[in-house]
Amino acid sequence: MNIVVCVKRVPDTAAEKKLDPEDFTLDRESVESIMNPVDEYGVEEALRLKDEHGGEVTILTMGPEPAEKQAVRKALALGADRGVLVTDDAIHGSDALATAYVLALALADLEPDLVILGSESTDARTSLVPQALAQLLAMPGLTNVKKIEVADGKVTVHREEEGGHAVVEASLPAVVSVVKGINEPRYATLKGIMSAKQKPVDVLSGDDIGLDPAEVGLAGSRTEVVEAVPRPPKEQGTIVQDEGDGAAKLADFLQQNKFV
Amino acid sequence: MGEFWVVIDHEAGEPRKVSLQMLSAGRTHSGELGHDLVAVFTGAAYDGSRERVARYGPARVLIAESDEFESHPVQPVIETLAGLVAERKPDVVAFASTPYGKDLASGVAARVRAGVLADVVDLEVADGDLVCGMSVFGGATNVRCRVKGSPKIVCLKPNAFVAEESPSEPAEERVDVRISDDARAAKVTERVQEEAAGRPNVEEAAIIVSGGRGLGGPENFKLVEDLADVLGAGVGASRAAVDAGWYPHQHQVGQTGKTVSPQLYIAVGISGAIQHRAGMQTSKTIVAINKDADAPIFKLVDFGVVGDLFKVVPAVTEELRKRKGS
Ligand SMILES: Cc1cc2nc3c(=O)[nH]c(=O)nc-3n(C[C@H](O)[C@H](O)[C@H](O)COP(=O)(O)OP(=O)(O)OC[C@H]3O[C@@H](n4cnc5c(N)ncnc54)[C@H](O)[C@@H]3O)c2cc1C
Ligand SMILES: Nc1ncnc2c1ncn2[C@@H]1O[C@H](COP(=O)(O)O)[C@@H](O)[C@H]1O
Repeated sequence: MNIVVCVKRVPDTAAEKKLDPEDFTLDRESVESIMNPVDEYGVEEALRLKDEHGGEVTILTMGPEPAEKQAVRKALALGADRGVLVTDDAIHGSDALATAYVLALALADLEPDLVILGSESTDARTSLVPQALAQLLAMPGLTNVKKIEVADGKVTVHREEEGGHAVVEASLPAVVSVVKGINEPRYATLKGIMSAKQKPVDVLSGDDIGLDPAEVGLAGSRTEVVEAVPRPPKEQGTIVQDEGDGAAKLADFLQQNKFV
Repeated sequence: MGEFWVVIDHEAGEPRKVSLQMLSAGRTHSGELGHDLVAVFTGAAYDGSRERVARYGPARVLIAESDEFESHPVQPVIETLAGLVAERKPDVVAFASTPYGKDLASGVAARVRAGVLADVVDLEVADGDLVCGMSVFGGATNVRCRVKGSPKIVCLKPNAFVAEESPSEPAEERVDVRISDDARAAKVTERVQEEAAGRPNVEEAAIIVSGGRGLGGPENFKLVEDLADVLGAGVGASRAAVDAGWYPHQHQVGQTGKTVSPQLYIAVGISGAIQHRAGMQTSKTIVAINKDADAPIFKLVDFGVVGDLFKVVPAVTEELRKRKGS
């Protein structure tokens, strides 16, 4: 089975982020970056399926070189077979849908049986990429999945729904986005880290995947940021030490603010 | 005249609160934009929604009914809505910014090649154009965004907008349901209810009471649940509590959990690590109960109680019960 996992490199939540004052894009070089935490579950799920069914796991990421390679290398160290990095100046500033468009073009050439994404990225947090990608690829789009099984050319997933889940069966190829908690991601071993250095990472340009530059980047994205300001700091609230009356004071606060 | 569509999010035909909030927001801004407000219903039967939808003032309702919306996940709805949008060219299409709503929004946007914005908490009309406010980077930065061109697809966050009644007598129009063979490539074989119904889920709750490692064990989540129940609140949890297996993952709030901005967020035995704050710091009112006066969560609070949660939480629950009774 040919599995492609889309991973994104994101700024660490704990790091301070700067937006370019001109175009409001994230200054990715100024911050500490990590693999999008939810994508670690996607990588693990792909490796788990490969352990079970055989095949190949390819890591696909879109973003500037060479930093993005770190996210790919991390996945390779965990056991993925190869990486594909799509990078092109034209892509800078792409929104969620433009991102999905780029990933879709790259995926068309990779001929996957299964595409796995994270349910959301911690920087954009839109959760828009997975279903948009499924539509562009004309594959079933199964989002927010907490269990995957593959058998007889079919994928069966547990898709989170309010208060429970739906069991959904779909034909392959399919696009699946996974939630945190679907598995326990493994740790990279020293051997894994060493062997990752030998594994191939293809670096593709827009031309390589047949990208129409008018569809991507700041200009091609159909959304734009017109203003970005730091959230104003919050005023210090009231803090009381419980002397047996904390509950009553809290109840007063809740009542005054009409929550009861 | 342009149209402002609101796609009704409903549970078995009954509109959710977020739908009424969206209709109200839509009514305000469709007026400013000179648009007609149109409610769009996709589901098995519209009858359960008719009366409540009409109370929130749409000029018209488009109704697409099919049992297949239930038996195949999202794809039939996406195809039906994308077909309608392509044909009728509304200027704005609003969805609920919930996992389901965002799925529909991104699917429709990809099919009709429209711009889409998620997690919108504020709408404004400036120079005749819709401007959307949202917060990014875990609530550290507020941005204002635009969708270029038309249609503009926007996902409105539950509880960010106020539902205000303004009854109308909307004209109803039944529309075609389009379901391709592709849409049938995925089918629901079973639905499993894991939790007792009754408590709102974290995504949509106007009030959330969250528990953390300070609870000391799974059995003590009962304290959080009891407080949640007197307030009609949903229950959240920190990652520490979820990873310890004390509460289901769907309830996790934070960077790798849900991002919420309820009217009221009560953190019980949660220290307020940055990854937790990233998921809740845009909540309108924040309350914390923690025995450590230096816990970072207190930097965010409107009201904090420094004390033992095992004393404060049951007492406040009891106190609120009493006050509600009287
Ligand atoms: C990549 C990454 C992603 C993460 N994502 C998330 C996320 O999505 N959500 C999340 O929550 N965390 C996340 N974390 C973890 C986060 O860093 C913290 O470890 C976690 O939030 C701590 O949970 P806690 O506040 O419940 O526990 P603790 O930090 O242990 O705090 C427990 C608190 O309870 C108080 N307490 C103890 N006993 C009592 C008592 N009897 N009465 C009153 N107070 C008491 C203590 O004073 C303390 O402040 C993430 C971490 C990483 C590295
Ligand atoms: N630039 C990117 N490169 C590769 N995958 C991405 C990229 N952006 C988003 N994704 C994938 O899409 C998922 C959802 O991201 P988002 O829609 O941005 O919240 C992520 O977990 C990734 O799997």
